[in-house]
Amino acid sequence: MTIEALVVAIAMAVAAGLIGSFAVMKGISLAADPLSHVALPGIGIALALHVHPVFGAVVALAFGALLVWALEDRARATTESAIGVLFSAALAVGSITTTGEDLIDALFGGAGALSLSEKVFGLSVASAIVVFILTSKNSLVVMMVSPDVARTAGIKVRRLDLLYLEAFALTIALGLRYLGVLLMGALIIIPAVTAKRLSQGLNSMLWFSVALSVLSTALGSAIAAHLHREAGPIIVLVATGLFLLSLLARRQRSAN
Amino acid sequence: MMIDASAENELEVSHLSVHFDATRVLTDLSFNVAKGSSVAIIGPNGAGKTVLLRALIGSLQFSGTVRWTKGVRIGYVPQKLDLERDIPITGVDFLSARAAVAHKPAVDFSSVLAPVGIPLEVAQQPIGTMSGGQFQRLLIAFALVGDPNVLLLDEPTAGVDEPGQEHLNELVRRLQKNQGLTVLFISHELSIVYKNADYVLCLSRARTCFGPPRTILTPDLLREIYGSEVSYHVHDN
Repeated sequence: MTIEALVVAIAMAVAAGLIGSFAVMKGISLAADPLSHVALPGIGIALALHVHPVFGAVVALAFGALLVWALEDRARATTESAIGVLFSAALAVGSITTTGEDLIDALFGGAGALSLSEKVFGLSVASAIVVFILTSKNSLVVMMVSPDVARTAGIKVRRLDLLYLEAFALTIALGLRYLGVLLMGALIIIPAVTAKRLSQGLNSMLWFSVALSVLSTALGSAIAAHLHREAGPIIVLVATGLFLLSLLARRQRSAN
Repeated sequence: MMIDASAENELEVSHLSVHFDATRVLTDLSFNVAKGSSVAIIGPNGAGKTVLLRALIGSLQFSGTVRWTKGVRIGYVPQKLDLERDIPITGVDFLSARAAVAHKPAVDFSSVLAPVGIPLEVAQQPIGTMSGGQFQRLLIAFALVGDPNVLLLDEPTAGVDEPGQEHLNELVRRLQKNQGLTVLFISHELSIVYKNADYVLCLSRARTCFGPPRTILTPDLLREIYGSEVSYHVHDN
């Protein structure tokens, strides 16, 4: 992995750590995995049209997030059940439109070196997500505790909810080249779940989540390079290992 | 539809109706709330008291008109929130978030925590570990950070112990009298309603009514509203 590619991967990890923190605190962590599958039909259609697959994934994910947002309101369904419906449909369409080698790359990532446009996309989208979370974290906290209270505090709840879901979808798109459709949801959620176990307050949650996500990505990439394996699965295994360590740390703390 | 109320009224509600699918919860409700007054909302469970407050803050779709006065700042204290016990947000995080949303650079949290009787050490704990009463008080402190001119309280003393209830009732009464806040509160404690409210809005399937406590809290009317005998103690002071 080149230094430039590592920088893009770290930027993706920072965005994933921040977005994941709020997904876990909002209680929609189970939604991360299904929503990432919505990228699959977008990749298939993009390949059929000879367009860059990440572009197809971004469009599909952005549309998926919009659909979830609309379903939440109109059908009064929970986010998770709305995403569950999307997941089934997307997987069916995706498996028809994406086949063979392309399907494996889409599911697990890691196909070749990053192009200049991919690096620019990665860095700019990751920066936008980081800026969004850092400038909206207070509104997100109030909305998370009570949308009604948030509304009286002057927060545009529905708009913020849509922006968060779109940022969530874009974070998934960021990781598709490294981790693929199946594993990116894991990088968003596992470090944040670990951070939640270790944190007592908001700032420590955000710092732990980002640090664990970056550590998983950097360490996973280094181990993968050493073993000549794809980085995605190793990154997720490192994140899972850190989660298991947090279980031991907590147990030790309780015993003392 | 929400437009500005006239100068003397904080709130004007006209022909307000709310329904969920085929179920009508509120029907053709009209009342005005004068600035600086205290209005108690009473009625049996399921009469639509919480629905009314949520319609007033724009959280529910309704037909009719809700007019708040221009420049209104509402502090809303909901009844009960289901929070995960291990959510990593402290009381101070929550208050800081409110201050940041209101673009207040530095807030002396003791000035909003002391009146509601929460020590700073308690506010530094995660909100999921607070007792129901502590979290209820934190919500009132949260509302006060926004420097409100209207307080909407949905059973603010539910889950609070007896001394805490008296403390909170006294706090709300003091805020209304000293700072001129307009207060709308839902309560099942008719003695508190009699003592603290300037007006009472009653909601029930049978009828709705609005007026001073002396004319609303009569045995006949209460029997009609609740469907059974209701008694309460009137404090002499």
